[in-house]
Amino acid sequence: MNLNELNIKQARELLDSGKTTSLEITEACLAQIAAQDGQIHACLTVCATEAREAARAADKRLKQGEKGPLLGIPYLCKDILMTKGIRTTAASKILENYVAPYDATVVRKLKEAGAVMLGKTNLDEFAHGASTENSAFGPTKNPYDLTRVAGGSSGGSAAAVAANMCLFALASDTGGSIRQPSSFCGVVGLKPSYGRVSRFGLLSMTSSTDVVGPIAKTAEDAEIVFKAIAGQDELDATSAPEKIIIDSQKNIIDSQAKTLSGLRVGLPKEYFLPELNPEIKTRVMALADRLKEAGAEIKEVSLPYTKYGIPVYYIITPSEISSNLARFDGIGWGLKDEEAQNLQEFYKKSRGAGFGPEAKRRIMLGTYTLSAGYYDAYYKKAQTVRTLIINDFNQAFKKVDVLLTPTVPHGAFKIGEKSNDPLAMYLEDIFVTGASLSGLPAISIPAGTVKVKDGGDMPLGAQLIGARFQEEMLFKISEFLV
Amino acid sequence: MQLTKEEIQHIAELSRLNLSAEEEEKYRNQLGSILDYVKMLDEVKTDKVMPTAQVSGLMDVFREDTVKPWNQEEAEASLSQSERENGNVKVKRVLQ
Repeated sequence: MNLNELNIKQARELLDSGKTTSLEITEACLAQIAAQDGQIHACLTVCATEAREAARAADKRLKQGEKGPLLGIPYLCKDILMTKGIRTTAASKILENYVAPYDATVVRKLKEAGAVMLGKTNLDEFAHGASTENSAFGPTKNPYDLTRVAGGSSGGSAAAVAANMCLFALASDTGGSIRQPSSFCGVVGLKPSYGRVSRFGLLSMTSSTDVVGPIAKTAEDAEIVFKAIAGQDELDATSAPEKIIIDSQKNIIDSQAKTLSGLRVGLPKEYFLPELNPEIKTRVMALADRLKEAGAEIKEVSLPYTKYGIPVYYIITPSEISSNLARFDGIGWGLKDEEAQNLQEFYKKSRGAGFGPEAKRRIMLGTYTLSAGYYDAYYKKAQTVRTLIINDFNQAFKKVDVLLTPTVPHGAFKIGEKSNDPLAMYLEDIFVTGASLSGLPAISIPAGTVKVKDGGDMPLGAQLIGARFQEEMLFKISEFLV
Repeated sequence: MQLTKEEIQHIAELSRLNLSAEEEEKYRNQLGSILDYVKMLDEVKTDKVMPTAQVSGLMDVFREDTVKPWNQEEAEASLSQSERENGNVKVKRVLQ
């Protein structure tokens, strides 16, 4: 086995016993990136020099007897998280040459833990999309079939983990952006509860749903990374204080227990409509059967407002985007139009040239839904239906402890198949927006493969959604299943 | 729902986005079909429902109003990476 193919747990054993070094694992990852990334295009920036330096520093710490779950472990970081001294582009022309003056809190935490950052991964521009085709620097290809998308918006992070370019990756999820690409690439992706992980230094998209989380090779690895990055941060006022987390945590499963007896698993009927691909239903039901064999109780539940998740999400998201992306005005950072004669013209020309089509579409849509005369009809309406969607989940979690659903209603699609139809792309998010709008933790885990149109078998994920701050339970069930 | 050319130009103006004629036409059609789709929310009865703006579960998050030292170079680069003059950001002419 090549060193880049290790998962975190395996690498940990080899590093702690002195059988390998961080530098050797780092070199193996860099070699894999050099060999594969010309085709896959998961990375926007590779910082080999800084990575080797960080690996040597980690080796020194290891040699001095220091222990740490991520000490010396190489990873890749979605290029929407700020990294001091390494450019942060958000896959946008408007930030093509932007170098952040400080690290995002999650990046700083990983740095202190001794993890080794190899570079920055591709995404849909500003994380707007579900295929990574909206990247200004070209799409990421799925390692299982290079004619297909890796999913999005964290397509680069998911493809990089699947192709063993790193041991894990950081990503962000606003309405499925960790879970959908994880499903398409056959890896594990966790969207933590809203507020569980600091957003400081994450370029804002939809501030009311944005969350940073891990993409990893195993659920156990995802848990290790999650524990390293989670926690309240005084630089993010929406990050959750320890107290409300502890109050919300129920000990549903004993972490030592070998059975899942007492666990109640809900299958929301709105996620298993007759039009769902029967092969996908079979895969998810196979997981339900295994939970049942282990002692869990399986129940049908209903989330009646599910079908309104996408329309609510595609009003609230563009609205928040139109506000958040107003800061990219060409003045402080990023692409600027030098020819403009006055400030108004300067804004319009800089932004017109710097933003790609999907970012412009969302800015326009959000500006419209927030504008005088339309605010109540669109934005406020969406906010009230959001309340009903949250109530659905609250009701369901009175009857069950966790929900099991498909992550995406199909396998990875062909590059170009949906890129001219924004609405078709929005419908990608059908099973993932609910947890985002409600701030709930959700994990996508590999559930086998599914036949795709004009192709072979592609990876498929199943999603587990928990009540707020129930990440531990999601890991426990995932570790049992995968 | 079809947006008029004037409406698209007005939204672009509010958005501070320079659009080509081709872009205007494209977004006119695409925004129209997206707005048609999201209109399905009208069928939901919401008169007695409160809107949700955020899900942090927190209210009124306060901190001490104290000044903390910040590396000068980092602070300035955070303010602007373009032209600066005496700690101020230099911009284009505002008044004609």
